[in-house]
Amino acid sequence: MIEATLALSRGAFTLDVALQLPTRGVSALFGPSGCGKTTLLRCLAGLEHAPGGRVVVDGQAWQDGAAFVPTHRRAVGVVFQEASLFEHLDVRANVAFGWKRLAPEQRRISLDDAIAWTGIEPLLARSTQGLSGGERQRVAIARALAVSPRLLLMDEPLAALDAARKAEILPAIERLHALSGIAIVYVSHAIAEVARLADHVVLMDAGRAVATGLVGELLSRLDLPLPPGEDAGVVLQGEIGAIDAAWHMARLDVSGTTFWARDPGLPIGHRIRLRVLARDVSLSLAAQPQSSILNQIPATIEALADDTHPSQVLVRLRTHAGGGALLARVTRRSAQALALAPGTSVWAMVKSVALLD
Amino acid sequence: MDAEWAADLQAVLLTLKLAGVVTLLLLVLGTPLAWWLAHTRSRWKAPLSALVALPLVLPPTVLGFYLLMLMGPRGLVGQATQALGIGLLPFTFAGLVVASMLYSMPFVVQPIQTAFEAIGARPLEAAATLRAGPWERFVHVALPLARRGVLTAAVLGFAHTVGEFGVVLMIGGNIPGATRVISTQLYSHVEALEYPAAHRLAAMLLAFSFAVLLWVYRLRTRGSLLATGPATP
Repeated sequence: MIEATLALSRGAFTLDVALQLPTRGVSALFGPSGCGKTTLLRCLAGLEHAPGGRVVVDGQAWQDGAAFVPTHRRAVGVVFQEASLFEHLDVRANVAFGWKRLAPEQRRISLDDAIAWTGIEPLLARSTQGLSGGERQRVAIARALAVSPRLLLMDEPLAALDAARKAEILPAIERLHALSGIAIVYVSHAIAEVARLADHVVLMDAGRAVATGLVGELLSRLDLPLPPGEDAGVVLQGEIGAIDAAWHMARLDVSGTTFWARDPGLPIGHRIRLRVLARDVSLSLAAQPQSSILNQIPATIEALADDTHPSQVLVRLRTHAGGGALLARVTRRSAQALALAPGTSVWAMVKSVALLD
Repeated sequence: MDAEWAADLQAVLLTLKLAGVVTLLLLVLGTPLAWWLAHTRSRWKAPLSALVALPLVLPPTVLGFYLLMLMGPRGLVGQATQALGIGLLPFTFAGLVVASMLYSMPFVVQPIQTAFEAIGARPLEAAATLRAGPWERFVHVALPLARRGVLTAAVLGFAHTVGEFGVVLMIGGNIPGATRVISTQLYSHVEALEYPAAHRLAAMLLAFSFAVLLWVYRLRTRGSLLATGPATP
């Protein structure tokens, strides 16, 4: 458990948060630029000092009252937005920089594991100069892992990379938690990264933590300053329930609710995460057996809210079979024509789902 | 002729010894000072920076004159050195070292300071997150990244000490074997109208100074003499 109570003023900016995060899984600090998420991360690392603040990680006080444990004595690993490799050392020496400073009994993660998990074996003898952006960031991740941190803090590690490099690193970060068991705090302003990686989300706005919760619940809320428009959608977690080999489709089971999707080639029972965007969900008052849409899910409307464009509204639904919340985007005209209101039973017509892993 | 050669050689060796000792001491003392100047937010930063840079603009005779007063029998430093049993510093090699250190200080401190500033906070923060304490961050990150600045500082400090004249004359006098360096030996030659001997030393200094500057400018591709950035582009 991470407990952090931090207040800090820097000119016009004020950070004022009190939050608790689990020390397992991936917690995302999510919000727009300038919302204070990086400052919060730096306070956790001890790179920023918020006087009078309190940071306790698994019972160990990193900061409490006048006591302030300096960064190099905190069991923390940090990956910055720019890889920040040491240019005077080669890749191997970079990865070993922190590892060799640990007492042998503190080395819970071996150097070999840190190197293997990030796939940087071929780079070890290289100088840092010739590496691509993605390679640099993988080396930075290996370097941070090799200090066996209790907490791995990642500050927008993908923000400086292009889409291809992002696609290369994201799976590595995803595997990281499963392989190492290290709790990750991941700062991002990109909802796609949060949807894919986070278990737990802290939504930040103007220096405050405005909401915290599990990713599936938090991203479906309509009362939060979440990024509107095309990105609105929910994250669901489940597993591959069945494969229909004849039609090349897979059944995705999300606690009672099932979705049919393209067969991703994963085995039955494989844990999956899927993203259902509001723009891909339409509503109907009755099931449509003559529709091409396979995924027709009975649900009840919980709430309606304005969307960015005045012609549209966002509708939050609770699926009847369990399996969490869905968001749907419909026109205001249809909402009125169908008399959509909280409590109305509808069929969510899900046109497509995106499998995230 | 042989005696003249021997005297010249003695002056050259003394100059090299002086420049070597001064450069070494300045690197040891100037690097922490440069580190402090690069990172402090103290209100003393500006006055101290100005003080360090003073020899760049001050006539060497002014510096030499005040040092002579300070280190003389009635000066504060002079009384202290006498009380400690060291004796008086003016007209000794030790006195020359002290004076030369002050005189060459900006040529050592400024390149190192600029190199430290160019590294920025990030590599040091990264090192802190990798369990490196303040001393390890300085030794294993800051110094290696500032190595070009340190090298430039050493070369410039050495060359500048070799080339000094005014301070040496004021503090050292011109005592053969103790304080007679190349520049004052050259001065003696000219006073004695020994122009060929003067030429020899003058040409040597000219060639040495040019070679040093050529090396420094080869090392760096842009910027000014004293502003040496870190090793990485």
